[in-house]
Amino acid sequence: MSQPGTLSGRAAPAAPRRSRLDRRFLGLVAALAALILLNVVLTNNFLTLQTIAVNVSQVAPIAIVALGMTLVIATGGIDLSVGAVMAVAGALAPLIFLSGWGQASPALGLVASIALPLLVAAACGLFNGMLVSFLGVQPIIATLILFISGRGIALVLTNGNLQTFSNPGFATLGTGRILGLPVQGWIALALALVVALVVRKTIYGRYLLSIGGNERAAALAGTPVARVKIATYMICSMLAGLAGLIVVAINSASDAARVGNLMELDAIAAAVVGGAALSGGRAPILGTLLGAVFIQLVGYTLIANGVPDEATYIVTAAIIVIAVYLQDSRRRT
Amino acid sequence: MTAEPLDLNLRRFMRPLGGGTHLTVWVALALLIALGAWRYDNFLSAYNISSFLQYNSMFVLISVGMCLVIMTGGIDLSVGAVAALASVVAALLSPLGLIVALPAGVLTGLVAGLLNSGLIVGLRLPPFMATLATMLAARGVALIVSDRQAVSVDWTSDFTALGMNKLGPVLPWTILVAAAVVVVAWAVLEKTSLGRTILAVGGNAEAAHLMGLKTSRALVFVYLFSGACAGLAGVFLASGYGAGQPLEGQGWELAAIASVVVGGTLLTGGMGSIPATVAGALLFGLVFNMLNFENGLGVISLSAYWQSVIRGAFLLVVILLQVRLARPQPSKA
Repeated sequence: MSQPGTLSGRAAPAAPRRSRLDRRFLGLVAALAALILLNVVLTNNFLTLQTIAVNVSQVAPIAIVALGMTLVIATGGIDLSVGAVMAVAGALAPLIFLSGWGQASPALGLVASIALPLLVAAACGLFNGMLVSFLGVQPIIATLILFISGRGIALVLTNGNLQTFSNPGFATLGTGRILGLPVQGWIALALALVVALVVRKTIYGRYLLSIGGNERAAALAGTPVARVKIATYMICSMLAGLAGLIVVAINSASDAARVGNLMELDAIAAAVVGGAALSGGRAPILGTLLGAVFIQLVGYTLIANGVPDEATYIVTAAIIVIAVYLQDSRRRT
Repeated sequence: MTAEPLDLNLRRFMRPLGGGTHLTVWVALALLIALGAWRYDNFLSAYNISSFLQYNSMFVLISVGMCLVIMTGGIDLSVGAVAALASVVAALLSPLGLIVALPAGVLTGLVAGLLNSGLIVGLRLPPFMATLATMLAARGVALIVSDRQAVSVDWTSDFTALGMNKLGPVLPWTILVAAAVVVVAWAVLEKTSLGRTILAVGGNAEAAHLMGLKTSRALVFVYLFSGACAGLAGVFLASGYGAGQPLEGQGWELAAIASVVVGGTLLTGGMGSIPATVAGALLFGLVFNMLNFENGLGVISLSAYWQSVIRGAFLLVVILLQVRLARPQPSKA
């Protein structure tokens, strides 16, 4: 998608950049369309509600995390802790509604089991953001701390046990359907639209892109760099927390060792395929959404046509290389 | 990511201060060992020392490879997956003996390193994305080659001698080999023009290039070296623990990065210390080891899950200490 390039502090080449980004977005749309067409021909029962629902259900958590990752990447940062934050949020929710208090007042318990994990996730983001902006720790190192510790905290909370539950209210997050499609797909779509609007239409969005474009210039121009960065890490963590809740709701079970495992890689891949540049300054939100769908669909295509699971790793690797290469060659032209 | 990059030039001139950080890690290591020796009965037993060294020889290896990469301002996320792949390759070839399996494992790592350097130097991909792709590809190949199973080694050949035999009561051969690799890395860095070039690339790649230094050669070298270290670590894994493990090594890259950071090397490149990185790797291992002893004393009863929490907290403390000594420079992905 295009971005308000004129606001990025590197104002002069705005027009050509915009058109290049549009071309890139169109390229992704074309690739996605080709892939869908290929599936219509190759894969049995591809255009059934069941198939679509399965894919939407699987891709939604990745897409939600990737939205936040895109924002962080737009500031020139990276967030390795998203998978761990998912595990923490996913571990907390069942603890809350399965507690004596949660069972005594189910409605309140349900609300708390969604709100509290999101608050804790926000606190994780605050931690990351403060390390990055106040202490000047590089994002990859700052978020490495929670990457290492976060899952451990989730495991300590649950004592490493698999928490299974039957809580229809909570499970709706992962198994509910609206118009035949999984609820989390709609949530991901709605969030993508909101985030895209925020990036394009709000002052926060302008600050975000200007920091990624040229942080020093942005700071000199009066951008509240620290506040914007902290807010961005908090948004990213909260989206990860939400994705954690959804994954747990899908399975009606929370396994702290597995929820969100390797999610940081999926999210980064989706963002990069969608057109985000690690150097910052771009927040192609709808591109990220399509990037997540594209990677998911490639994996599904391979599996549905009998290619072994493992090959998807290699194909994903190739997609990442191609996406980054195209991006880079465009930057050079 | 700091708002005041002007400081950095000044700090660059004050690079010898980095020596302070390097010293800290040795002091910390000495203090922890002293504490362990005083507090636990069998801490300095031959069994504990040798199993500690055997396990951590793998982490010393990949941390040293990672250190060279990070000195150029790059990063190698592929080491864990490459080690897993090499362990599978070595285990499959173990009937032919160490003479074949060991070089084959190292060669596997070199091929991965070649792929990384091709993507980074040839296609000019950011190291983060290039090595992320290699990580996925290596994991995929490892799963395919091993048919998703742990590959048992041939116990009748001499393959397990490397990983299981010791020189005297306490020194496993693996740590001796790792020490030799450390010496090589140190010698290259300190005594050769290649080493100077590595540091110059990390300091300022463009200036180094304009000065006529062979920057590409330095970059190719560090990724090959890191790949070879990861391959050798994979051979240690298969040889020492009796199986090639396609799923092992997840998160090793981050443990290695953490060790490098604990050793006082900044991710921005241009500086760093091989010996301090080794100390950093051992320090991380020691935290783990001492926690086991602490549990053994029965004073506290921390589940294994606490270990990652404590390691993360430990990393946080180190980073906070480092922030006082030198502020990192904005990373250019």
